Amino acid sequence: MTTYQTSSLAASLRIQARVIWALVLREIITRYGRHNIGFLWLFVEPMLFTTGIAALWTAIHATHGSGVPIVPFAITGYAGVLLWRNGVGRCADAVEPNKALLFHRNVRVLDFFFARLLLEIVGATASFLLIASGAIFLGLMKFPADLGQMLAGWMLLAWYALGLGLVVGALSERSELMDRIWHPITYLYFPFSGAGYMVSWLPLKWQKYAEYLPTVNLNEMIRGGYFGGAVEVHFDVFYLIKANLILTLLGLAMVADVSRRVEGE
Amino acid sequence: MISLRDVTKSYTTRHGRHQVLRGVNLHIRPGEKVGILGRNGAGKSTLIRIISGAELPDAGSIHRGLAVSWPLAFAGAFQGSLTGLDNLRFVCRVYGADHRKATPFVEEFSELGKFLREPVKTYSSGMRARLAFAMSMAIEFDCFLIDEIIAVGDSRFHAKCEHELFERRKDRAMIIVSHEASRIRQHCDRACVLSDGVIHEFDDVEQAYQLHDASMQ
Repeated sequence: MTTYQTSSLAASLRIQARVIWALVLREIITRYGRHNIGFLWLFVEPMLFTTGIAALWTAIHATHGSGVPIVPFAITGYAGVLLWRNGVGRCADAVEPNKALLFHRNVRVLDFFFARLLLEIVGATASFLLIASGAIFLGLMKFPADLGQMLAGWMLLAWYALGLGLVVGALSERSELMDRIWHPITYLYFPFSGAGYMVSWLPLKWQKYAEYLPTVNLNEMIRGGYFGGAVEVHFDVFYLIKANLILTLLGLAMVADVSRRVEGE
Repeated sequence: MISLRDVTKSYTTRHGRHQVLRGVNLHIRPGEKVGILGRNGAGKSTLIRIISGAELPDAGSIHRGLAVSWPLAFAGAFQGSLTGLDNLRFVCRVYGADHRKATPFVEEFSELGKFLREPVKTYSSGMRARLAFAMSMAIEFDCFLIDEIIAVGDSRFHAKCEHELFERRKDRAMIIVSHEASRIRQHCDRACVLSDGVIHEFDDVEQAYQLHDASMQ
């Protein structure tokens, strides 16, 4: 007879990985179905966005005469916006449609968030890789100067999306208001996010405020990796780690609290 | 062995906390069939959900030494836009079962035929119930939680379900909630009465009914 011992940590992690994978596959079929290109939309959709933004910014010379090449500037900025915006956005209202699945003991509220975040992170990363490779191949941008720093910045960005996703996800479960205002917040925040400017372009007195924003630090880190010494960048890795840690711990605590409420229904 | 120790559970209502379970102690040995009796609102379904792990108790502990099923034939967790097969695959993945092995059984048992590959939202409620029951049987459990004996489909299909559960799996433990006394008498070795948030255990089903019937006066 089968027994499902859930006592050891390794066994628990195995079960959680299994559940998250099951949720990811379920989510892919639910969202993209089996029609036309199916789950490829996962990264085709962000690619269309980024390509559009790159074209638009090229047309309006959005680098403000700084001499920074516009195509890599747009791609490095906008791909990141898609990661945190979609990742966090998918966490809002992640619980309600999946609530009935909690009847299966091993399925937990936290798994809903992890599954959606994983999907968005993979999608945004794949689309970034594809679009950057394509642009490099076509000669629209050069190969990155410091791939390691770009990669590290991208991973910190994914972590930021995870932490913020848990916080926003938990809040949206507590109050419908959060679910409704999250989208306006992201649109209004976009001009400040650092996707569309470099800190060095700002007047000196504004720079120190911009440096408080994690997304600005992340953008500067990723762009610093791409452009190397060609641009002046402002970022603080320790500040990012601190911010991510705080967001993650806060998010986990809030999700634990929400789980107790949700599972009590 | 499944053990519940001092399990308490309350819900928030508009009139303050409503205490449903006030220190439930219960032990289920492998292969045992236990009936749970109690009047409406006594907390029987809450107890079943807590044993299944779908809900967490406020205090107390639950040890599950057996693989415990979800409340049997629960059909609420189907995603309508997914096919029956997709839903089956999901459940198999969650429980670490091989869906390639489970599919032929579910296909055959549920009698859904080609509809297994159609979205669940196109199913009638009877079809859903058949799929839910077949899925519950496709995963191997040591203890089945049965909240009201499932009346699935026509009498022929109903008999088939009873056979699959009570005959083919008669070596498994079962915890059965039912208002139909004949069912409990037919299937259970012993019974408990849940009243005022505590469990009264009886070795004999008839004794349990005596208390239960007295509490209904």
